[in-house]
Amino acid sequence: MKDSDFKIEENIALTDSVYRMKLLGDVSDIKAPGQFVNIRIDGFFLRRPISVYDKDEKSFSIIYKIVGAGTKAMSEMTRGQNIYALTGLGNGYDLTLSKDKPLLIGGGVGVPPLYLLAKKLIEQGKSVTVILGFNKKNEIFCEDEFKKLGADVYITTVDGSYGIKGFVTDAMELDYSYIYTCGPEPMLKAVYTNMKTSGQFSFEERMGCGFGACMGCSCKTLTGYKRICKDGPVLRKEEILWED
Amino acid sequence: MGRLSVNLCGLELDNPVIPASGTFGFGYEFAEIYDINCLGTFSFKGTTRDPRFGNPTPRIAECPSAMLNSVGLQNPGVDKVINEELPKLKKCFNKKVMANVSGFSIEDYVYTCEKLDKEDIVGWLEVNISCPNVHGGGMSFGTDASLAAKLVKEVKKVVSKPVIVKLTPNVTDIATIALACEEAGADGISLINTLLGMRLNLKTRKPILANTFGGLSGPAVLPLALRMVYQVYEKVSVPIIGMGGISTADDVIEMMMAGASAVQIGAANLVNPSASKDIIESLPAAMDKYGIKELKSVIGVAHNG
Repeated sequence: MKDSDFKIEENIALTDSVYRMKLLGDVSDIKAPGQFVNIRIDGFFLRRPISVYDKDEKSFSIIYKIVGAGTKAMSEMTRGQNIYALTGLGNGYDLTLSKDKPLLIGGGVGVPPLYLLAKKLIEQGKSVTVILGFNKKNEIFCEDEFKKLGADVYITTVDGSYGIKGFVTDAMELDYSYIYTCGPEPMLKAVYTNMKTSGQFSFEERMGCGFGACMGCSCKTLTGYKRICKDGPVLRKEEILWED
Repeated sequence: MGRLSVNLCGLELDNPVIPASGTFGFGYEFAEIYDINCLGTFSFKGTTRDPRFGNPTPRIAECPSAMLNSVGLQNPGVDKVINEELPKLKKCFNKKVMANVSGFSIEDYVYTCEKLDKEDIVGWLEVNISCPNVHGGGMSFGTDASLAAKLVKEVKKVVSKPVIVKLTPNVTDIATIALACEEAGADGISLINTLLGMRLNLKTRKPILANTFGGLSGPAVLPLALRMVYQVYEKVSVPIIGMGGISTADDVIEMMMAGASAVQIGAANLVNPSASKDIIESLPAAMDKYGIKELKSVIGVAHNG
């Protein structure tokens, strides 16, 4: 974990409400796909935890959706502005369990962390398939980016305006060796119920600190209490305990 | 002894800065960021007799210059704290730590305090009678002067280390409760715990917190905490640890002038993990700015003539 200063290189709209921000600075603590950063925004008391979409030696990118006043303020920041971020948070995905044909399933703003994951898996010579679920056509982002990496990409839309009509689970009749997923909890539950292999799930929760100190984001698992921010956000299928 | 040093119930602190319970875990998350031996001490995560998961999530909501939490005393229970957390802490902290204890009955508090009192690394027991996020314990002791006094008496019978009682601001007259604790034998008073509050999600039209209410902390509460420290200082003579919204060296000095012998830093640690260290490092310059040679000389000066 590191708290450092970044310079905004770009902050552009991908859809009406989804933005991509590229930040220049010390990325040495970002070690695994699926980790997140916690961003300080002027005028807001708590930071905003957002997963890492991509990184290189000198920068990283995030993709975020405007869901409230904090992310709205983020969307109004411009190139050249500075921003503080805690980096290297969370456990991230474990790539060693993927076997040859991993399937990556993302829903909405659960899609971004799968990009860096797909990139790393493809670098390792894995044959990566991706299912990206959205509500409708004009909410789709990142389809081309995954294709450019060399992944097999399936898009689902709830209203059928693009790709396969329905939910991500309507595209899961595929041959795969392992599953990595991130998205809203109902989607994670549906993937869990439909999957034929083991896999890893990335969860979301309202956080206080983002680094394990406040116990604000705890959940119960089959292997004990876990803090989503520190012991997660990625949990293995075998440890997930669905409540209610 | 440096110019920042203060005395807290007979133990010298290098400086008065103490991360508050519930915002600092058992220290080692922060030890990744800085050497936590720079702290005066810290108060570890509120510990109960039995393990607790706490409340359902969401447990956190944001407010202007503040936050709400309804964690509900999640902790591994006193035995695991002693057998697992304290050995880990000893590897990165060589000072005495403040053991924060909570419970649901007088017997709970006595049991947990007696166990933690025997640990070498524990320098003080901070008895939390002010958690707003649990039912049937916690704050119900802190809102009743005679119950608070009874609890303090029973705990004092079984421990050798200084007992600091952590009070809730969710009362009409906090100074009366503080006085009752002092008369019952408390060696110090810490205040304030969080203020009960709530927020709604306008889209769902429901409370954001799964527990409906939560405790408010952060810079927004500083004036209220300062007022209460000032009032308690007028009534009691034992040392006071002031807390509530402190996030700068100036805030520390202000709280000490109101009557605090030491201060706790809470929510600031969560938004800036190096907050406590940054405050300690900026204290000497802040003292110079106000012509303060020794920090302990300002304790309670706001009450003078």
